[in-house]
Amino acid sequence: MTVARFWREIPQRYNMVGTKCETCGRVFFPPRSVCPHCRRNGKIVEYKCSGKGKVLTFSILNSASEQYAEMKPYVLAIVELEEGSRVTTQVICEPDEVFIGMPVKSVFRVLDREGSDGIIHYGTKFVPDVV
Amino acid sequence: MVGIITYGAYIPRYRIKIEEIARVWGANAAEITGGLGVIEKAVPDYDENTATFAVEATRSALARRSVDPTEIKAVYVGSESHPYAVKPTAVTVGEAIGATPVMTAADYEFACKAGTAGIQTAMGLVSSGMMKYAVAIGADTAQGAPGDALEYTAAAGGAAYVIGNDDPIAVINHTCSFTSDTPDFWRREGEDYPRHGGRFSGDPGYFKHVTGAAKMMLADMGTKPSDYDYAVFHQPNATFPQKGAAMLGFTPEQIKTGLIVPRLGNTYSGAVPLGLAAILDAAKPGDRIFVTSYGSGAGSDAFDITVTDAILNKIDRSKGPSVESTLAKAKYLDYAVYARHKGKIKV
Ligand SMILES: [Zn+2]
Repeated sequence: MTVARFWREIPQRYNMVGTKCETCGRVFFPPRSVCPHCRRNGKIVEYKCSGKGKVLTFSILNSASEQYAEMKPYVLAIVELEEGSRVTTQVICEPDEVFIGMPVKSVFRVLDREGSDGIIHYGTKFVPDVV
Repeated sequence: MVGIITYGAYIPRYRIKIEEIARVWGANAAEITGGLGVIEKAVPDYDENTATFAVEATRSALARRSVDPTEIKAVYVGSESHPYAVKPTAVTVGEAIGATPVMTAADYEFACKAGTAGIQTAMGLVSSGMMKYAVAIGADTAQGAPGDALEYTAAAGGAAYVIGNDDPIAVINHTCSFTSDTPDFWRREGEDYPRHGGRFSGDPGYFKHVTGAAKMMLADMGTKPSDYDYAVFHQPNATFPQKGAAMLGFTPEQIKTGLIVPRLGNTYSGAVPLGLAAILDAAKPGDRIFVTSYGSGAGSDAFDITVTDAILNKIDRSKGPSVESTLAKAKYLDYAVYARHKGKIKV
């Protein structure tokens, strides 16, 4: 990823800032600039997601690219946000802890590091939302 | 009155037992655990660092009390493990809490007292009327070379304080500092691990500065140790703060709540901020808290704090994890996995 692209995406990566169509109420994360439902009648505004959601489905990754090798095995999941959008994300928990429907919440983590002298990319991952 | 508007703590979920580290190095575990008074220490996950601790601790503070982030006009992060040598941690925090762009920010370094130095800066900015809120954070992923004495205690975590004048949950009555050029602990640019003056680090370092600042505070305020409900001192291990407290006349009962190092390890810049957070988790209106940090090199910052009614009706402490609840949720690692977590084995 280029430094410029990462920088542009900071609001969505750090703070889950997506968009909302005020016409139909749909929330888009990652953000969309056009509502696919309302099209020209849609009114798109910025919208910050709550970071709460649940695991829709998941897989346990036992092999990973060099960058993520130290983390394996890890849980990669599709999380449905309470606003309705779906995101593919790492869920930080033991592989035997995760289940379909598990409530999760967002946390701030390092997504990757460009070697030892490049940019550190921060962003959002998810953890079990337990009291 | 200037004080703490809200606060938040972050401790990673992984721990390693000190006896496991001792086992690997063929050291006497009972002797080390007994000498340091530390049983286990917190270890960061692969994708955690000082910046992620700082963000999580600050978000926890803001979850406990509704503070308009655009009213936060300064963010200071004190640490000796900033992820970049050049590029501030504080801007990442400012962005992640929605305080940017109309704010000032800087990273602080003063060994283990950079977090309390940030609190003092925030107090000045708020008291002078320059801004409504300022955030001060102390956080570290402490480094100790494999096999070095520091490795038994070097831990990870941090805490964040929103400082302001507006209905604080705890008024900071006074702060004062005691500072000198003392080479008890250092790390040169480009080196991975710090070095220390061994036994030298106790007397002319920790004890001289901690008691220097603490006695100054008692004299300035005209108070005696028994006037305080709680006291927290920098805790590189459990023996230094216990000995320092006894030298000053504080009782084991007064320091118990804030003495979290036995189950946490030394979180360096995070140590006193986290100890104070553990006290605020338990405190009632009217409680008076005595705080003294220590940073090698060397200096101590002391604070005299009184908890207000606002701790009951202006914040919801349950909206952020307490220090105790986080310490209780430990996942234990063996040394091999721990070494990978800390990046000690470079593949
Ligand atoms: Zn629409």
